[in-house]
Amino acid sequence: MIGGLFIYNHKGEVLISRVYRDDIGRNAVDAFRVNVIHARQQVRSPVTNIARTSFFHVKRSNIWLAAVTKQNVNAAMVFEFLYKMCDVMTAYFGKISEENIKNNFVLIYELLDEILDFGYPQNSETGALKTFITQQGIKGQHQTKEEQSQITSQVTGQIGWRREGIKYRRNELFLDVLESVNLLMSPQGQVLSAHVSGRVVMKSYLSGMPECKFGMNDKIVIDKQGKGGTTDDAGKSGKQSIAIDDCTFHQCVRLSKFDSERSISFIPPDGEYELMRYRTTKDIILPFRVIPLVREVGRTKLEVKVVIKSNFKPSLLAQKIEVRIPTPLNTSGVQVICMKGKAKYKASENAIVWKIKRMAGMKESQISAEIELLPTNDKKKWARPPISMNFEVPFAPSGLKVRYLKVFESKLNYSDHDVIKWVRYIGRSGIYETRC
Amino acid sequence: MPAVSKGDGMRGLAVFISDIRNCKSKEAEIKRINKELANIRSKFKGDKALDGYSKKKYVCKLLFIFLLGHDIDFGHMEAVNLLSSNKYTEKQIGYLFISVLVNSNSELIRLINNAIKNDLSSRNPTFMCLALHCIANVGSREMAEAFAGEIPRILVAGDTMDSVKQSAALCLLRLYKTSPDLVLMGEWTSRVVHLLNDQHMGVVTAAISLITCLSQKNPDEFKTCVSLAVSRLSRIVSSASTDLQDYTYYFVPAPWLSCKLLRLLQCYPPPEDGAVKGRLVECLETILNKAQEPPKSKKVQHSNAKNAILFEAISLIIHYDSEPNLLVRACNQLGQFLQHRETNLRYLALESMCTLASSEFSHEAVKTHIETVINALKTERDVSVRQRAADLLYAMCDRSNAKQIVAEMLSYLETADYSIREEMVLKVAILAEKYAVDYSWYVDTILNLIRIAGDYVSEEVWYRVIQIVINRDDVQGYAAKTVFEALQAPACHENMVKVGGYILGEFGNLIAGDPRSSPLVQFNLLHSKFHLCSVPTRALLLSAYIKFINLFPETKSTIQEVLRSDSQIRNSDVELQQRAVEYLKLSSIASTDVLATVLEEMPPFPERESSILAKLKKKKGPGAVSVNELEEGKREGGELNGGGGERGGDNSTIAASNASTPSPSADLLGLRTGPQVSAAPPSAGSLLVDVFSEAGVNDDGFLSSAPPSAVSEDAAPPLPESNELLNKFVCKNNGVLFENQLLQIGIKSEYRQNLGRMYLFYGNKTSVQFVTFTTTVSCPGELHPQLNVQAKPVEPLIEGGAQVQQVINIECLGDFCEAPLLNIKFRYGGALQNLSLKLPVTINKFFQPTEMASHDFFQRWKQLSQPQQEAQKIFKASHAMDTEVIKAKLLGLGMALLENVDPNPENFVCAGVIQTKAQQVGSLLRLEPNAQAQMYRLTLRSSKDTVSKRLCELLAEQF
Repeated sequence: MIGGLFIYNHKGEVLISRVYRDDIGRNAVDAFRVNVIHARQQVRSPVTNIARTSFFHVKRSNIWLAAVTKQNVNAAMVFEFLYKMCDVMTAYFGKISEENIKNNFVLIYELLDEILDFGYPQNSETGALKTFITQQGIKGQHQTKEEQSQITSQVTGQIGWRREGIKYRRNELFLDVLESVNLLMSPQGQVLSAHVSGRVVMKSYLSGMPECKFGMNDKIVIDKQGKGGTTDDAGKSGKQSIAIDDCTFHQCVRLSKFDSERSISFIPPDGEYELMRYRTTKDIILPFRVIPLVREVGRTKLEVKVVIKSNFKPSLLAQKIEVRIPTPLNTSGVQVICMKGKAKYKASENAIVWKIKRMAGMKESQISAEIELLPTNDKKKWARPPISMNFEVPFAPSGLKVRYLKVFESKLNYSDHDVIKWVRYIGRSGIYETRC
Repeated sequence: MPAVSKGDGMRGLAVFISDIRNCKSKEAEIKRINKELANIRSKFKGDKALDGYSKKKYVCKLLFIFLLGHDIDFGHMEAVNLLSSNKYTEKQIGYLFISVLVNSNSELIRLINNAIKNDLSSRNPTFMCLALHCIANVGSREMAEAFAGEIPRILVAGDTMDSVKQSAALCLLRLYKTSPDLVLMGEWTSRVVHLLNDQHMGVVTAAISLITCLSQKNPDEFKTCVSLAVSRLSRIVSSASTDLQDYTYYFVPAPWLSCKLLRLLQCYPPPEDGAVKGRLVECLETILNKAQEPPKSKKVQHSNAKNAILFEAISLIIHYDSEPNLLVRACNQLGQFLQHRETNLRYLALESMCTLASSEFSHEAVKTHIETVINALKTERDVSVRQRAADLLYAMCDRSNAKQIVAEMLSYLETADYSIREEMVLKVAILAEKYAVDYSWYVDTILNLIRIAGDYVSEEVWYRVIQIVINRDDVQGYAAKTVFEALQAPACHENMVKVGGYILGEFGNLIAGDPRSSPLVQFNLLHSKFHLCSVPTRALLLSAYIKFINLFPETKSTIQEVLRSDSQIRNSDVELQQRAVEYLKLSSIASTDVLATVLEEMPPFPERESSILAKLKKKKGPGAVSVNELEEGKREGGELNGGGGERGGDNSTIAASNASTPSPSADLLGLRTGPQVSAAPPSAGSLLVDVFSEAGVNDDGFLSSAPPSAVSEDAAPPLPESNELLNKFVCKNNGVLFENQLLQIGIKSEYRQNLGRMYLFYGNKTSVQFVTFTTTVSCPGELHPQLNVQAKPVEPLIEGGAQVQQVINIECLGDFCEAPLLNIKFRYGGALQNLSLKLPVTINKFFQPTEMASHDFFQRWKQLSQPQQEAQKIFKASHAMDTEVIKAKLLGLGMALLENVDPNPENFVCAGVIQTKAQQVGSLLRLEPNAQAQMYRLTLRSSKDTVSKRLCELLAEQF
């Protein structure tokens, strides 16, 4: 179990220190600072063992969060908790920065008391936390005894993530499918590795205690239906189904039902939350293709030509496209010509950065650059790092489609049809690289 | 030196550095550096030539980036360009870059060397200095090769500036240290030495460092420097504090130079020239006098400088070791420092005194400070000072104060720091031994030592106690009593148990008279510690137990019970198990005589150097300084010492070596055993073979394993002992023919007339199967027409532990002398085994006994009276002359034993006919024993001369 939790700024100064167990001494704080933050070599492993004490850290901008333990804990659990902790803090005070943490340190200690108990993670649902940890100063007078007992029963009850008696004039829900696509491609265009990690994020504004059911084009479900119903039915729908490698759900989802029927049914929390996470590796739609051409002209010159092709429906528009072409370490000058967007040599990053605001599907664009090199006495050859790319597209590269989201509320007088539903797909680039 | 002017203060560099200092994170810093590097690259790339200022600025930035830990792989060229600039600042930055970043890039090195050469030959002293500094900073072999010839010239040239001379001297020193083979002074030697006379003190200081280093390598060449150094020293010492102006440091004239001069003098023996020596002694006295004067300043720098000279002078005095007066004065001076409040001074005083103590002149003087030193040992705060105090106590110890010092050290040991405990223990052990007047004191001291710091008592220390106790009769009883008492403590150290076990095992009988330490009490005391000990100690205790059985027969049953218990006899440790089994058997089978012989008291150890001393020598540290002295002391104390020798520690060695079993126990304690002394007479050893009968079957001499040559594919030559084997079977037909670790061959044979049948049984003694097992029987040479041997084929595979049979049919065609050969080949675990034996087929096997009366016998006897028909042999009896045995043997021979034939009843006569296919050969035998002389006369007569001869040969071996 987690023995303690520390938050440091970039200099290694301790901003928050909370120790849950006696086996973690005061010197643990310094040990992490000395061995990780101030380490001569950059520490890349998120888990560090120092003197039989394990430190699990994540970094958010310039802030280090480190969980410490002397026991043999489930590392995945600790990291999940740290991510949750970040989410909770973001939900309370926005961006995690030194300034914000210093300004909210009382709140953070309060949160830490609530979400970790003797090192065991507790309810870290933002919605539930916000009911009893508030930022509006002393509100005790406003809360009646009834309300207080209600909070208690909710937090300790079976459905800890939703309180009773929520009422909305308009019953509305928003569904976002957010995916990030990762790729490594050889110069010849061969896919070396590709996967999509996606999240389904939901914002619900529903009255009462609604029972929801979520359906997507999961291959197993579609195949089962195809077998059960007529063959025409599957043919008629004509939709492609996707194979999901693995998925995780929000605690509200009834896992037993998913295991038996593979149907996703739940009573949603109020407000925004992440319904599920999943990963696919098969039949990925790669939104962009990068074709590099690098030619060395003598020892002092390098010619680079990069073509990008968009590979989706012409009616869709990709946004925030950025291509990053690494340059050798002895670059002394760069000339760039591009037809579309803007390109610039960034010396501080040793790369040419080419930005395009918008690009429709089935188009193609090109950049060519001349790089001048300074002859060095170093015999080391340039390692040729891959060309990487960033973008945002309005579809799911995995091919995931939301088939339905049904809402049932038996006690209140609204039905599935009365609920206004919004669905949005966003595909972003993860690590999207092409070797050159 | 022209300083960097304000106008030159590169603003860009300052901005860049402050940017980097302001970076919030490492990433930001790297970004800033990348940007700067790209900027510099584009600047250096630019076709337009850069001016010196910006070149300098960018090279500076590169240098700064490099010092931050980033790789720099360009800009070298620009730096080299800076070298040829005429501006001091540019040249300086260029040299700085080169010194920091130069790598062995051949073309650049050439350029750099060129630039340096130019600067060296210029008349500008600052440029020359820069070049010299660069050479010294790089100090590579290439640099040495290029400039080793040049620099001495600059050093001694008359017109060189003083500052350049200083630099040149130090640069040469650096080159000499890296590649001494390239720096050859040769012709320059005398001129370098004369630099000691230079007007400029700085030059002298620099030169003296060089000369000290050079004269350490070849002292003879620089001998002349001694008198120069002495005169220089006396000039400095006698000068007033204001005479030397710049070189007076807090009222002390030229302290660094004085120290260096004194150190240089330490490279040489005392000067022979009386005048020089007088002057030097005068100097040293002056230095000692000055130390007594009240300080001219309260500043710590003043006293530091003064003391530095003083300590250097004292080490010179110690180095000379010839001036009793000075030595005593030095000692007194150090004595004052022993109580100084400055810790460093006390440390230095103790350290110097350690070396003073080894001088015969000052030893007594040092001894007067004993109280102070003991006090220092007890009260010093700093462990390193205490360590020095302990060293000094050790060094000043002699017979007069040994008891006091040892007692002090022992009492200090209880609170001593862990880091120095082992050394302290060794020192106490050595002092106690060296100056022991009375050995009961020695035993007490060492046992105390084990009690106080058992963990730090190394093997050697307790071996030594045992060696001494064993070698000195007078102390044995006392030792036994003392260890017995020591062991009664509820918790005692394992080393104590070891010593106790050993000594009680050897000399427990000396205290057994006292009812409080009766044998059983002793045993119970030892055994109560048994379970707390490690395996080696337990092994030692088991040996002590078996010794107890010998010393006190009344404990036998108790000890046997202990040995028999499962925890011993089935101990998982092989050594303990073996000892338990062997000792149990030994005690139950062997008679008391045998026991007494085997378990005799250990013989005295041979005189040898103390093992502890050797151990201390191995340990580095200041203890080693006084080793010479120590050995002297050892010689004087030698007559007291009972003995030396590293052997010892474990009385089991004796049991093991005598038992002649292949026991690993001979060296089981990892003792560096000396030559093993087999105390028991050899007869005891042979008796013991029976005790360990289960192990002794195949070891009793007449059988041996296959010879090493038995690996070739050809039939191996017959075993050397196969003739003996043959003789063994002359009078018997069945038995074991051969046996080694792998194979046993049994034999069973029967003969009728001229035919015989032999069964050979091959037994595999291992657990691994023999493959390709083949045997061939051959009749070599002339045997072939005389004997017909047919062997049935044998199974090629013998499983582990199995036995196979082979039948051999034999037909005797004519009379023969040789025996047929049996060759066996097989593979055991991949290795080819090949051995050859003689089959025990002898002519006598084909005897048909013939009964005849006395009358007939003598008639035939006379018929065979031709000289060649008779064979006679007179030989000494090799076995006891037992009538029945002889009769049995003669019957076994195959002839008929004729009773009442010979007139002398002592004599034996026999008659028989040898049946061969070709003919029958009648033979008569007469054997006349002479009991007084233990001789036999054997006469054989037969119709064929060869038969008589052969039979005679065969029979002569039998009695």
